[in-house]
This record gives sequence, structure tokens and C-alpha cells, in this order.
Amino acid sequence: MNPANYILLSALLFSIGAIGVLVRRNAIIVFMSVELMLNAANLAFVAFARMNGNLDGQVVAFFVMVVAAAEVVVGLAIIVTIFRTRRSASIDEPNLLKY
Amino acid sequence: MTEVLPAEGIYSLLWVLIALPAAGALILLLGGRRTNTWGPYLGVLTIAGSAVIGVLMLLAMMDQSAEQRTIVQNVYDWVFVGTFQASFALQLDQLSIVFVLLITIVGALIHVYSLGYMAHDPDRRKFFAYLNLFVAAMLLLVLANNYLLLYVGWEGVGLASYLLIGFWQRKPSAAAAAKKAFVINRVGDVGLSVAIMLIFVTFGSITFQDVFGQASEASEGTLTAIGLLLLLAAAGKSAQFPLQAWLLDAMEGPTPVSALIHAATMVTAGVYLIVRSNAIYNAATWAATAVVIVGLITIFMGAIIGSAKDDIKKSLAGSTMSQIGYMVFAAGLGPIGYVFAIFHLLTHGVFKAGLFLGAGSVMHGMNDGVNMRRYGALKGLMVITFITFMAGYLAIIGIPPFSGFWSKDEIIHAAFERNSIIGIATILAAGITGFYMTRMIAMTFFGKARWEEDAHPHESPAVMTIPLVVLALGSTFMGMALLFWGNIEYWLEPVVGYESVPTPLPTWVYIAVTLVVVIIGAIIGWVMYARKEVPVEPPHGNVLTRAARQDLYGDAINDVLVVEPTYTSARALTTFDTKGVDGFVNWTATFVGDLAKRLRRTQSGFARSYALSMVGGAIVLLVALILVRLS
Repeated sequence: MNPANYILLSALLFSIGAIGVLVRRNAIIVFMSVELMLNAANLAFVAFARMNGNLDGQVVAFFVMVVAAAEVVVGLAIIVTIFRTRRSASIDEPNLLKY
Repeated sequence: MTEVLPAEGIYSLLWVLIALPAAGALILLLGGRRTNTWGPYLGVLTIAGSAVIGVLMLLAMMDQSAEQRTIVQNVYDWVFVGTFQASFALQLDQLSIVFVLLITIVGALIHVYSLGYMAHDPDRRKFFAYLNLFVAAMLLLVLANNYLLLYVGWEGVGLASYLLIGFWQRKPSAAAAAKKAFVINRVGDVGLSVAIMLIFVTFGSITFQDVFGQASEASEGTLTAIGLLLLLAAAGKSAQFPLQAWLLDAMEGPTPVSALIHAATMVTAGVYLIVRSNAIYNAATWAATAVVIVGLITIFMGAIIGSAKDDIKKSLAGSTMSQIGYMVFAAGLGPIGYVFAIFHLLTHGVFKAGLFLGAGSVMHGMNDGVNMRRYGALKGLMVITFITFMAGYLAIIGIPPFSGFWSKDEIIHAAFERNSIIGIATILAAGITGFYMTRMIAMTFFGKARWEEDAHPHESPAVMTIPLVVLALGSTFMGMALLFWGNIEYWLEPVVGYESVPTPLPTWVYIAVTLVVVIIGAIIGWVMYARKEVPVEPPHGNVLTRAARQDLYGDAINDVLVVEPTYTSARALTTFDTKGVDGFVNWTATFVGDLAKRLRRTQSGFARSYALSMVGGAIVLLVALILVRLS
């Protein structure tokens, strides 16, 4: 089992997430893509921890999970609030904060 | 070195000399309209009080030996910063006392005269307040014992001069003349202030005692610089070439002002400064030579201007310039001339005050007209004015035994002691004096009446004629009194030094030649202006006359040399400021503003485009890192 494969998988997942963020308009889908990117990063951390034979990467992965959980709470709350006022979950429509 | 005595007895009143007129000015200025009725009389009383104290001090001083006549009174410690120490200290010595008496006595007479002359002026309270202010400042100037305090008095008289020239400020010409006098005096004052700084740096002190004690120790270059700067100051205050242009315009002020400030006292402050700083000029030959040259040029400029003016006051102003030129010239001659500069200053102060007040009396009777071409044949109508004016006339042209003869003759003699060429020049100028003064009396008192139609010439009231009579008596006897009874040269010697050098010819030859030249000048003047009809319209005149009517182009020269270049450079600087400095600043601001206007379009409000730029930036960074790694 080559560790490089995990890194490649991680990069693949991250790219899918990034493209998802960029191309999708639905806020929920964008949010899911962000989660995908976070977990791709987690995978990379864990893979590197394994490769280097210490636990630092594993610890960071836990931190990321905690942060991601907190972020989901806040982010979903914002999305629900926007949906209530605008009846839409598109992220292109709330573009009032501009030049 | 003479010893310095503390101020005791009558001398303890030294500060009162200045305080009296200063208090008068303060009361009249702050008292406002309430003092209108009695204010002018208070003004006269304060000066008279100072004059009485001055006379008492002179009497006390005459009882003491020559070495014990320097009295210093420290009123209070004024500026004490580190090694820089300037006390508000007054010094009375043989030189100061003669000035004190000239200022207070002539000042008192002119105050009395002003009671009549300004009787109908609505602002006469203010006039007397300013006159008192002037006398206080002038006394401070001559009584100061250090240069900084002298500078205070110097600026004080400049202020009073400005206020009084522009006294009738509703006349634009008077306001302009006041400004002109003030600005030109500023040029000279810069010289004095720089000189004081240089004196402090060189000697570490600014009191006369310290500076003159160590004057010989300083390098000649420094002393020359100080001497030239003091000369600049003197030229500004005394209307000497090249700062002479203000004095003729200063005649816009009321005539008593012209008499007191612009003839008898303030304009002689420059002579006082030079004579007081004699130790510096004795050690700086070049500076003293410059003083002689400036004096000689001004003698002729003033005389030529005085010969051409039809305005009686301006003609007298030209004469004042010329006579002060004599004093400055004598002061530049060194120890052979200092005492005679002061001697001539004293006699001139009296007879020129008399002449100016006489001119004022004539104007008073001629509806304030000053054009001599509209005078004539006044001798029978203004007898007292005529006789007193004649005394002044004989004094200024130097006919024995009138006072001007003795003082001017001594200056001419001193000039010959130095150099025959400058001696001949002074005799020539004395001849011109004879010409223009004869022209003045011929046009005013003799010939046919050429009056304006509504003129009703009459003699002035007694309050004006009594000062005239006193001054005429002074013009007649003062020269002899000072020379034979007062021994003016030995009186002043302990302060200014005196020496006499033998001349190539015996003294009576110079006296005779001078008298002959003066009488020739007077006869020419008489033939031209008393024998011949004086046209009411001034004739075209020759080149010199036309130049002299324009003050020898003094204003034009100032315009070309100073005013226009100043305007041009000011305009250039303004252009540089608006186009260059402001232009660059404004361009920068506009550039940043325009850039910001474009760049803010990137704030589109679309979260996804922000995300794209983040990803793009991350990719660029990543690629850059990889490329750096690979190379």
C-alpha cells in the first residue's frame, strides 16, 4: 500500500470540493463541497502522520473535525436565516455588499 | 576709563524721565473720550516735567568732575538667559544728557505749538498721546545702557513715527506714506538686529560699557561688519542714502510731527547710534569710510531735492536729509568729527524745528496750502513768523553769529583736517544750502502775492508764535552758547573722544571761503526767485530739476531694484506653488482616486468570484513554490 495514493486521493477530493464551491450556486451544495475539502485535508494529515510515524497529523485532524463541526453549526444557521428572508438558497443572489 | 556711578540724588529720577511721557500716552490712549478736554494739556505737562528733570540733572552733572558724569540706574533685570544678560538699565552721561535736553525742551515747545496747530482737529487727544509715546520711546533710545534696550526705543520711535505720519489716515497718501516709512525703516532695523546678534557673539555682552571696553580686541573684519550693519540701521532711521526715500513722503503727517520727529529728534537717532558706537568705528576704518561716503552722497541728494521742490515741507525735508548727511559725514570722520556731529545735531534740532514750525504757521494762515508758488509777500502779514523764520534761515545757511554757522563750520573744518577734496565738497553743499533756503524765503515771504483766491493770510495765535520765538532765540544764540560757554567738544570728549589735527591753511581761510560760497548761493537764489516773477505753474525746468522733483528717482530706483523683483519673484513662487507643489500633490490624489475607482469594481459582491480569486491565488503560489523548488 503506497502512501502516495492516499495523498493523490486527498488531492482529488480537494479539487472536487474546490470545483464544487466554484461552480455550484446552491448554498447547501457549496457547504457540502467545503466539507469535502476539509476532509480531504484531514485525509492528507492522517496520511502524512502515518508516513512520518508520529501522531501530530492525527491530532490536527481531530482539531479540524471540531472546527468543521462548529463551522457547520454557524454556517447552516446563516443559510437558514438567509433562506427565510429571501426564499432562496442561491449564493449569487445576496450580492448587496459590493462597490 | 570713566567710572560708573550709581543713580543717587536727582539721578534716582532717571526712570521718571521716561515714565512721565509714557504715563501720559497711556492715560490718553486708555482714557478715551473722557480725556478729550484736558488730555492735550496733560500731554504738554508730562513733557515739561521731563524737561525740568533733565535740566536739574544737567545742573547736577555740571557740578561733578568729568570722570564722574556716567550714571547707570538698573531699573530691573529684564532678560537673563544663560550668558545672555540684558538689564532694563538706564545710562546717563554727557552724550545722553544733551539728547535728553534736546528731546524734552524742543518736544515741549512743539507740544505747546500743537495746542494751537491741532486745536480744531477732532482727534487731537490721540495726537498728543502719540507725541508722548514718541518722546518716551526716544528718551528710552538715548538713555539705554545696552543695545537691546536701545533697540526697544528704536522700534518705539519707529512705531510712533508710523502712527503720526499716518495720523490723517483718511487720506490715502498719508496711509501709504506711513506704510512706506515703516517698511523702509524695517530694512534698517534688520541691520540693527543682526548687528546686536553679532555684537553678542563677538563680545559676549551687549552693554555699552563691556562692548566698548573690549572693542579693540575683536578682529577688524568683525568690527567692519558690525560697523556696516549699524550704518544700515542708521541709514534707515536717518533717511540716508540708499534708504532715504521715506522721509519726503513722511511730510504727509501734521507739521508739528514733521518738526519733532522728522527733523529735530527721531531722524537723528542714526547719528546717535554711530557716535555712541564710536569705539567700533574707531577700530573699523572701512566702516567709518563708508559712513563718510553715505553722508556725503546724502548731503548732495538732500540739497538737490530741496532746491527743486515747490512743497515747502518737502523742500525742508530735503534740507533735513542734507543736514543729517552733514552729521553722519562728521560722525564718519572719527574723533575729529564726533563732537561736531552732535554739535550740529543740537543746533540743527533747534533751528530746523523752528523752520518747520514756521512753515506750519505759514500753512495755518494759507488754508493748509503747501505750494510755495502760491505764497509770496507774506512778510508784512506774518511778522513774527517771518522774523523767526529768518533766524532759522540765517542759522541753517550758516551766517555768523547764528547757531548753524558755528556747527557747520566746525564740520567743514574737520573735513579739511581729513582730506581737502571732501572738504571742498562740503563747502559746495553749503552753497547749495544757501541757494535753496533763499529760494524758500524768497518764494514765501518776498515777491508778489500769488495766493489762492480764498486765502486770507493772518498771523498765528500766541500759543504757536511763542514756541517760534523761543526756537528763534535758540537758533540765534545756541551755537555760541554751546561752543564758548558750554565747551561742547570738551563736554562730550570723555564719551566720544576728541582730537584736532592741523589743517594745511589757517582756519579763517575756510570760514571765509565757506561764507563767500554760501552768499553766492544765496544771491543766485535771490536773483532767480525774488527779482524775477515766480510762475504759478512750475516751469519745465532742466534735467536736474525734473529729477529732483521726482526725489532723484528714489522711488523709481526702489521700484526697479526691489519692488518689481520682489513682485516678480512672488509671482514666480505663487506659480511654482500652484502649478508645481500643488500640482504634484493634486495629481497624486487624482491618480490614487482614479485607480481606486477602477479597482473597486472587483468588489462584485459575488462570494463565488472571491472564492475563485482565492483559489487562483493559491494555485499561483503553489506553482511559484514548485518552480522555485525545481530550479
